[in-house]
Amino acid sequence: MEYRTHISVQDLNVFYRRQQVLKDITLNIPDRKITAIIGPSGCGKTTLLKSFNRLIDSIEGVTISGKVLVDDENILDPKTEVTHIRKKMGLLLQKPYPLPMSIYDNVAYGPRINGIKDRKKLDAIVELYLKKASLWDEVRGRLRQPASMLSVGQQQRLCLARGLAVEPEIILGDEPTSALDPHSSQRIEHTFFELKQDYTIVIVTHILRQARRMADYVVFLYLGELIEHGPAAEIFENPKKELTREYIKGLIS
Amino acid sequence: MERRNIEEKIFKGLMILSTLLILSSLLVILWTIVIKGLPHLNLDMVTQIPQGGYYLGKGGGILNAIVGSLYLAGGAAFLAILISLPVALYLNVYAKPNSKFVSLCRFAFDVLCGVPSIVYGAFGFTIMVFFGMRASLLGGIVAIALLILPMMIRAMDEVIRLVPRELLEASYALGANRLETALKVVARQALPGILTAVLIAFGRGIGDAAAVIFTAGFTDAIPTSLLRPAATLPLAIFFQLSVPIPEVQGRAYASALILTILILVISVTARLLSRKLTRHIVK
Repeated sequence: MEYRTHISVQDLNVFYRRQQVLKDITLNIPDRKITAIIGPSGCGKTTLLKSFNRLIDSIEGVTISGKVLVDDENILDPKTEVTHIRKKMGLLLQKPYPLPMSIYDNVAYGPRINGIKDRKKLDAIVELYLKKASLWDEVRGRLRQPASMLSVGQQQRLCLARGLAVEPEIILGDEPTSALDPHSSQRIEHTFFELKQDYTIVIVTHILRQARRMADYVVFLYLGELIEHGPAAEIFENPKKELTREYIKGLIS
Repeated sequence: MERRNIEEKIFKGLMILSTLLILSSLLVILWTIVIKGLPHLNLDMVTQIPQGGYYLGKGGGILNAIVGSLYLAGGAAFLAILISLPVALYLNVYAKPNSKFVSLCRFAFDVLCGVPSIVYGAFGFTIMVFFGMRASLLGGIVAIALLILPMMIRAMDEVIRLVPRELLEASYALGANRLETALKVVARQALPGILTAVLIAFGRGIGDAAAVIFTAGFTDAIPTSLLRPAATLPLAIFFQLSVPIPEVQGRAYASALILTILILVISVTARLLSRKLTRHIVK
């Protein structure tokens, strides 16, 4: 199967102080597919994900070399404006962090920052993205209530809606279901399936079954090294490397 | 086993003892003020300025000091917010977390918190002399602002520090820059704590005598401009208490009662307001 590349990582090295957390990572992430980054804890999954929207900039003592090309633009170039890159990507963290404001204002936060002031436009945006994140029916009557009053599962979907409202091309998820109950996890997974028509989705997960269920493309990291990457079917059914085989069988973790 | 049980009991006893000590000293203070002050408290005290011979036992009240104190503490708190909030946001949003510079700043503010208020008064006075100003409301406001600034900064800093890092990341990830994140997310999340910090500093400012003794002066009139001197409650208490007439000394206690009630009202308001503001807070 041929893939169109959306994010291209070239010779990416990341150090936290003197410790190298990512070693010479080179890979292409396909457009409008779900890519799962798997691997044991501490292998650099989250670091790889956060280097895509330069959130690792804010970590103290970090040094980065190499290139990450998104739409052929090197986002690690210091000249690239960081807010512009981040608008292209929605981010879901392990635990949902709704902003300290109402449900409505959470979704309208990004659009407002981008200069949309018109009431009707904002109303339409809020409704559209709450629907996309399949939260609308549960909150339509109480948009003015604090977002903190929602359940954790609803909060995570709100965070998704909030991220979609800045009209990104890419959705990044850092173990986005790990704090959720099985039912809420399922809803998030289901929403992701719908969203991949229009978005490139990259998720970090340590749940192999989730990667099997969701991923079209799989990236396996081990101790900061890229061991293997390829279409999900290949990785899961017929891994080329011994390490991958062992990880998938659950022999190493 | 036996020994550890005894230790436990001894320490529990000590803790209860010290708690009782603190509580009882508070009660004794309140008791003294109420017993000695309440008989002298009347409507004139809070509605009138001192009339001729007030300090010798004649009629009038201390409205000048009440208004002066509120002006001073209010002005100083306002001035201090304008400086504290940006500093606290800078330390937590802009500066590199846990950098040497940030630790140095925190240490400096801690040191400043420990500087006696008379030093701020003397410092303010030196500045006033330099500019050729006389004792005035403005001078008092600046001195009190200097006094409460470090504690307001540290109190705000402590609450802003508790804002989860991920909340900032969430805002950045939506394309917000640091200023937008600081004002719309961080300040909002920390709002109840910021308010408490302001009101604590206000309470500290309204009760201080040493910083205003040279800078604000004292007058029987209610100040009509920033450049006029202003009376303050702590100084009013001091002056009345040093008059050897029992009637006037009684009024000093009544003034103390008024000051205490003012501070109590402020603290209770602070509590209620910050509870209301927690509505949007993300836990």
